[in-house]
Amino acid sequence: MEWETVIGLEIHVQLATESKIFSGASTTFGAEANTQACAVDLGLPGVLPVVNEKAIELGVRFGLAIDAEIGMKSAFDRKNYFYPDLPKGYQTTQMDYPIVGVGHVDIELEDGTTKRIGVTRAHLEEDAGKSLHEDFDGQSGIDLNRAGTPLLEIVSEPDIRSAKEAVAYVKKMHSLVQYLDVSDGNMSQGSMRADCNVSIRPKGQEEFGTRTEIKNVNSFKFIEKAINAEIERQIDLIEDGGKVVQETRLYDANKNETRSMRSKEVANDYRYFPCPDLLPIHITEEYVESVRSTLPELPDQKCERFQNELGLSHYDASVISASRAMADYFETVQTKINDAKLAANWVMGELSRLLNQDDKDITESPVSAEQLADMLARLKDNTISSKAAKTVIEALWNGEGSVDEIIDAKGLKQVSDTGAIEAIVDEVIANCPQQVEQYVSAEPDKRGKMVGFFVGQVMKASKGAANPGQVNQVLKKKLDALC
Amino acid sequence: MHNKTLAELAQGLKSGEFSSVELTTHYLDRIKSLDEKTNAFITTTEEHALAQAKQADQVRAEGNATALTGIPIAHKDIFCTEGIKTSCGSKMLDNFIAPYESTVTQKCNEAGLVTLGKTNMDEFAMGSSNESSFYGVCKNPWDLEKIPGGSSGGSAAAVAARLAPIATGTDTGGSIRQPASMCNITGLKPTYGRVSRWGMIAFASSLDQAGPMAQTAEDAAMLLNSMAGLDLKDSTSMDQPVEDYTANLNNGLEGLRIGLPKEYFAEGLNDSVKAAIEASIKELEKQGAILKEISLSTTKLSVPAYYVIAPAEASANLSRFDGVRFGYRCEDPQDLMDLYTRSRGEGFGDEVKRRIMIGAYALSAGYYDAYYKKAQQVRRLIKNDFANAFNEVDVIAGPTAPTTAFKLGEKTSDPVTMYLEDIFTISVNLAGLPAITVPAGFADGMPTGLQLIGNYFQESKLLNIGHKYQQATDWHKKTPEQFA
Amino acid sequence: MSIDHDEVAKIAQLARLNIEPAQMDQYAENLSSILDLVDQLQAADTDGIEPLANPLDATQRLRPDQVTEANQREHFQKNAPSAEQGLFLVPKVIE
Repeated sequence: MEWETVIGLEIHVQLATESKIFSGASTTFGAEANTQACAVDLGLPGVLPVVNEKAIELGVRFGLAIDAEIGMKSAFDRKNYFYPDLPKGYQTTQMDYPIVGVGHVDIELEDGTTKRIGVTRAHLEEDAGKSLHEDFDGQSGIDLNRAGTPLLEIVSEPDIRSAKEAVAYVKKMHSLVQYLDVSDGNMSQGSMRADCNVSIRPKGQEEFGTRTEIKNVNSFKFIEKAINAEIERQIDLIEDGGKVVQETRLYDANKNETRSMRSKEVANDYRYFPCPDLLPIHITEEYVESVRSTLPELPDQKCERFQNELGLSHYDASVISASRAMADYFETVQTKINDAKLAANWVMGELSRLLNQDDKDITESPVSAEQLADMLARLKDNTISSKAAKTVIEALWNGEGSVDEIIDAKGLKQVSDTGAIEAIVDEVIANCPQQVEQYVSAEPDKRGKMVGFFVGQVMKASKGAANPGQVNQVLKKKLDALC
Repeated sequence: MHNKTLAELAQGLKSGEFSSVELTTHYLDRIKSLDEKTNAFITTTEEHALAQAKQADQVRAEGNATALTGIPIAHKDIFCTEGIKTSCGSKMLDNFIAPYESTVTQKCNEAGLVTLGKTNMDEFAMGSSNESSFYGVCKNPWDLEKIPGGSSGGSAAAVAARLAPIATGTDTGGSIRQPASMCNITGLKPTYGRVSRWGMIAFASSLDQAGPMAQTAEDAAMLLNSMAGLDLKDSTSMDQPVEDYTANLNNGLEGLRIGLPKEYFAEGLNDSVKAAIEASIKELEKQGAILKEISLSTTKLSVPAYYVIAPAEASANLSRFDGVRFGYRCEDPQDLMDLYTRSRGEGFGDEVKRRIMIGAYALSAGYYDAYYKKAQQVRRLIKNDFANAFNEVDVIAGPTAPTTAFKLGEKTSDPVTMYLEDIFTISVNLAGLPAITVPAGFADGMPTGLQLIGNYFQESKLLNIGHKYQQATDWHKKTPEQFA
Repeated sequence: MSIDHDEVAKIAQLARLNIEPAQMDQYAENLSSILDLVDQLQAADTDGIEPLANPLDATQRLRPDQVTEANQREHFQKNAPSAEQGLFLVPKVIE
């Protein structure tokens, strides 16, 4: 039996606001428990919500970036259920009048083709708090700092057909929200969470199979693994004669399998109704246009421009443009040295290697874009060789000073003065009569390979400071003159 | 002293006839000796009151006193008063000390009012008789075997018994007006959004509104001046400038068009009540008002609509009472479900539980359209009905309640008979309009009130009519003998 | 509209309210009678009528994105039935 997978994703993104969606408490990550939960966030008797204007702005921004309809009338509803991290016993969300309607994003598939994934809607809602299960002797501790943080829930159409496509979609969303300053999209901190709806159906069948929801998967890697694990489980289940039950599941990374969330299996009637403490928001055309005018160049546009105007390869352009921080870094370097290819090579090469090694994001790079540009300028003007450049970048990474200070301190200036090089070459030729003899007596087409020995000797004599390119030139000239 | 109106007391303080400390002590003493009869107070804040009174006298000595400086007031126990027990008449909040101040009480404090205590009320404001309070029934000062009305029964009784010169109340379906009517005092429910709901424990968010309860319309106007105003912390608070509600009290009533809905004078209305109301309306006519019969055909729909919408909103508003962060927690909860169901089951009284369940039912899958959505549509019909009426008349008049105060326990067996008490007041909340009740005489020995309903933000006109009526009558001056 | 014990139990569960078995009859009776009252709504002709949420049909004011609340944890936790190390404690939540 050939199976087809149908996947829909609900991505929750924490909005980059200073304060909560309905209160003036701070949204800063990592604060001590309950120190950022004000009266409104705690759901104390008598408190009331007031909408944060930034949340509306960021919602509209996002909607424009995915070419979506904007909800000109936007309203909030109450979703009623009981859970200790939900202080009011209801979540204020948007049901009937979401801020963003139908839109789409384009993802790149492995074979290089583009696929359009539909977005059904995106709506604003408040985040819940956190339950901590350790240390309390049979009890759970509730921290409500996160309660009231603004979320944008982005719902995709069930257009995704594989785990890899799902990851591409999530990566695209991740890139987009960072670009727009809508969210920092930090999955490990929970600023971006994905719920994956997975179902399978026999290839060719129109009807969707029963879907399960895998909640709160918090890394790209786990999204791919969780979805694949679930697909496998469902296939095995059905092929063994069983039926997929519509339920919520969690991904267990240690066992690489999904398991049912028992507590949420109890059918919940959310009894949605319009929140009477909040009034409908009427968004005007003028407002939408004013937000549109603040949109930055988006990833796809940037990727195009890097290829068309800067001559980067499609691959390089896509990698660099995927992260706004990386794109900005690259462009700073590029602008300073006016050499896109060189800048791209180093950003994607050495710099990325160092970032990965120390598990840092480009925003945390100890080497600033200006510093990298300075170094590349020295490379371009032949002050240093490529080999030396690697040393310089490592030294910059370790905070050993400016580019020029490092070059001086480590004596990395390469000798490019022809006279000096000629002198060294003469000396080497004089000291290696045997090898010179071999060179001269060899067949012309075999001589090329022998040059390496002399180059090595010259480099050794110059303590690595000689400009390799020039050394080659001078050597060939002098050696050939002896033939 | 206690038979002086707020206006007279303010004058007395101003002229130095007595100090705020003397005045406050007088009321505190009365509460100590007389409240056991009526049980109007849940908490008396003696120390706090005296401290505030002392402060008020100081402010007056410095020449900075304003209209209400040093006047004692009682607050319905639904307002969060920081550092002071705030129970909402419920076991659920018996141990709750409010950690912040409501806007209403904050404004009162800033106006120099002195808090005598927190008054008794139906639990979570759900009721029309003050019989559902965890703190015991409140008794009508006019007949201690009868109910004072509800849910602001304590505030009404306190003012009626002159245990406080003025009080705050809240009104969701008539909870200021109906007890005011039953206790022979004046009560005003302002336009929805006129007074801030911040810190006012929510029952039905789109219906709740705080208002003044006082001896006279003039007193109510003075208190409203301090209570009203935009509050950015309340999204439903309206940006409407606060006029001086005492400015137009003495305007003449010539040419005032008063609508009399035929539905308000139909069968079901107690004969004696009808007679008293008709007499009071005649008095207004004497002063130059023009009477006109109108029809508010949606009147009958208001009770069923209210009993869907209010419980639905309440069912969500009361979900926060779960034994987790504040309030009553059951003993030894076995698991989370047990914590919730027993804390709520034991913390809430029967009427509250009934309304939560009706609300949850009305919102549940399959019933939302037939109940909640339908009720909200009917609500628009009711609003439109009033809008049409106000094209023809300036105010609408009628009885505040269909009966006078009934006996304690008389209507507790079937909730629906209690609900029908609200027939004249409920539609006003659904439409969000302002309305006032003024003492209009006695029917079978018990007080009855005349209700006047105005168009949006017409509180001034309502207070004006009330004041003119009170200048020509003296019902509002009568006090129950045992509280003389 | 009549409501039976099962329905009462279901709604009570949804609303997390413990109703004693001895009270079930009373609740069923009272709730049924309230629903009878409420059923009177069905007589109203509401075709094409927009539901009314806010009586004044007003629109929402927006708040500037600023942090205006300071930490008041200790103050707010004075009313907590059970709190430790700054956290509210509840019987263990099983996922």
